[in-house]
Formats: sequence, C-alpha cells, structure tokens
Amino acid sequence: MIDNADAVRLLDDKRDGAVIVATMNANHSQFGLVGVSKNPHLDFPMSNCMGKSSSFALGVALSHPERRVMVLDGDGSLLMNLGTMVTISEQAPDNLIHFVFDNGIYAITGGQPVPGAERVNWKNAAAAAGYASSFSFDNLEDLTVGIDEVLASEGPVFVHLAITPEPENRHPHHRPKPRRTMFDGVRELPKTLNQA
Amino acid sequence: MTTPEVVLHPASLVAEIKKNNFTHVVWLPDSETNFMFQLLTSEESLHLVPVCREGETMAIAAGLWVGGKKPVVLIQNTGIMESGDSIRGLSLDINQPLVMLIGYRGWSRHGVTPDSAARYIEHILHAWGINFYLIETDEDANLISIAAEEAEQKKQPVAVLIGTEYGT
Repeated sequence: MIDNADAVRLLDDKRDGAVIVATMNANHSQFGLVGVSKNPHLDFPMSNCMGKSSSFALGVALSHPERRVMVLDGDGSLLMNLGTMVTISEQAPDNLIHFVFDNGIYAITGGQPVPGAERVNWKNAAAAAGYASSFSFDNLEDLTVGIDEVLASEGPVFVHLAITPEPENRHPHHRPKPRRTMFDGVRELPKTLNQA
Repeated sequence: MTTPEVVLHPASLVAEIKKNNFTHVVWLPDSETNFMFQLLTSEESLHLVPVCREGETMAIAAGLWVGGKKPVVLIQNTGIMESGDSIRGLSLDINQPLVMLIGYRGWSRHGVTPDSAARYIEHILHAWGINFYLIETDEDANLISIAAEEAEQKKQPVAVLIGTEYGT
C-alpha cells in the first residue's frame, strides 16, 4: 500500500502547473496535500460537499482546457457520486486526471469500512465507464516509476491508488484546524486561473 | 377535445440564455424539455453538460464559475431536492451568482396540486433564502435576465421556476 503523505508529495512534485482539487484524506490537515504543497495558489481543498470533488474538478477542467486539473478523490466520496464517472467520460476532458485514494474506510469517522471495500475493481470500473486511460498502483515504487506514463496518457485519466488506512479517532473539536480551506480556494484560484 | 394553446416556447428561454451570455448549460432533462434539448444542441455558443444526477450540476457549475465561465443550471424541482447538499455546501456557501432554471413539475394555478414536488419546492427555496421567479408564458422569459442581474448583485443563487410545458 501507499502512504497517503508520500502519494500527495509525489503528485505535488509532478503537477507542473496543474490545479489540484483534493478532498478527505488527500486533503488531511496533517498528511494531506495541504501539508506538503509547494503550490497552494493552485490548490482547491474540497471539504464542504462530500462526493462532489470530481464534479467540481470537471467544471474547472472544462473552463480551462489548456491547463491540467488533478482531482484527489476518496473511495467513500466517489461511491457517493458514481454517476460522475460517466458524466466525465461523456465530456471527455483530455486535461483531467481523476485519482481515487482507496483506503477502504471512512477515515474521518473512525475507520468504518466503505461498502465494497477490497471488492470493487476501480481500474476496470473507470475503463468501463469510458475513461480514455485507467491505471492502478498499490506501492510507491510502481507509482513513482509509472506517474510519467499517467501524465502523458490521453485523458480523461483515472488512477486508482491503494492507500494505507489512517483512521481519525480524535473528536472533531480536538483536530488541527486546516491551514487552507475551500474558501481560500474560491478567493485565490480564480485570480490564478483567469489572469494567467 | 381541444388542444391546449401553447404559451411558452423553448426559443424564448434560449434567447434569454444567449442574451445573458451564459456559456454552459449544466442539466438533466425533465419530462417536458425535449423541445428545449433540440434547440440547445443546435446553439453553437452554448456548451451542454448533461449529468447523471442533479447534485452534480451545482458542483460542475461551481467549478466552471471558479474557472471564469458563466454557467446556468437547468433541472426539475425534484432534482433540486436531490441537490440539497450541493446547494448548501457549494452554491450558497461560496456565494456563487448562479441562475437555476427549474422545471416546476406539478404547478397549477387552478385547484390543489396532488404532486408533492410542487407543494414543497417553494418552501424549500424559502428555507434556503433563495429568491425565485415564475415563468408561465413567453412574455415572462425576461425574468431570466432579472434573475441573472439579481444573482450577480447579491452574489448568491436565484431560481427561475418554469411553470408551463413547452410547446413547439
């Protein structure tokens, strides 16, 4: 399995100007993108509408076809909005890469298993939905070697990542406040995108 | 049996959509919008984004808006009920000036409607603090422009309920 922090660090290193829309553990205040990003002006933390990160990212991708958009989704989140995979494949944005961080659990609520954990074949599901390219990685070494092929593939691209579960057992009042929120993204990302 | 007079045509609404420079129509067709679909697909200035479930529309529209585009959402009142968390967590919370065109299934000026989709929709919009207008004839179509201006001024969603079936 892949450590969550290692995955977001690698994707931030390889983004090359891409907007990243990150949710749930990929956006975790300690081991998510917000903790490692060197490009916060291009980050959009998604925390206020569970399941809709990929839909939001599709809108950004359609508005700026010249710029790569990466969405770091969760498996529980994607399960809440499975139709998005067909909506994305129908629009077929070549600049969109849809990562799903599959840890098999609802981490922020204490680690309960998501439906279909270890049963769903996400790579095949994405291919069946009509993504132009589909990948799956279950260790950091393969992801590090394979990420350039992912980035060079015809889009929309889907990438399944098997992530080490890190359940959150602290009460919400005792968790660190996020350093960057969706509202920062709403204020800052349009300036970056639309004045470039 | 007489054929009901057609008082609302898709062309009236599409003309308003074009007049207000909307760039994308994010939608899920309802049972009465087939004529609208035929017209929208022939408009080169509009990008249609069909979705699988209505809650997607608000999130896609939010992404388009952050990206500098001007989307309009077109769904049925039943879809608004499905979209609740997206409207709360995105459209309202990020203060998006969004026009939502909503098919008013079950609407009737005459008698009691048996359709709960019609009975609840205005209460739901009121609860969210979303102002709305009602279109019933071609003469009402300019309410889309009024809603668009209000959405921009108040930086929040405004709804336009379509209370009549379209005719050709």
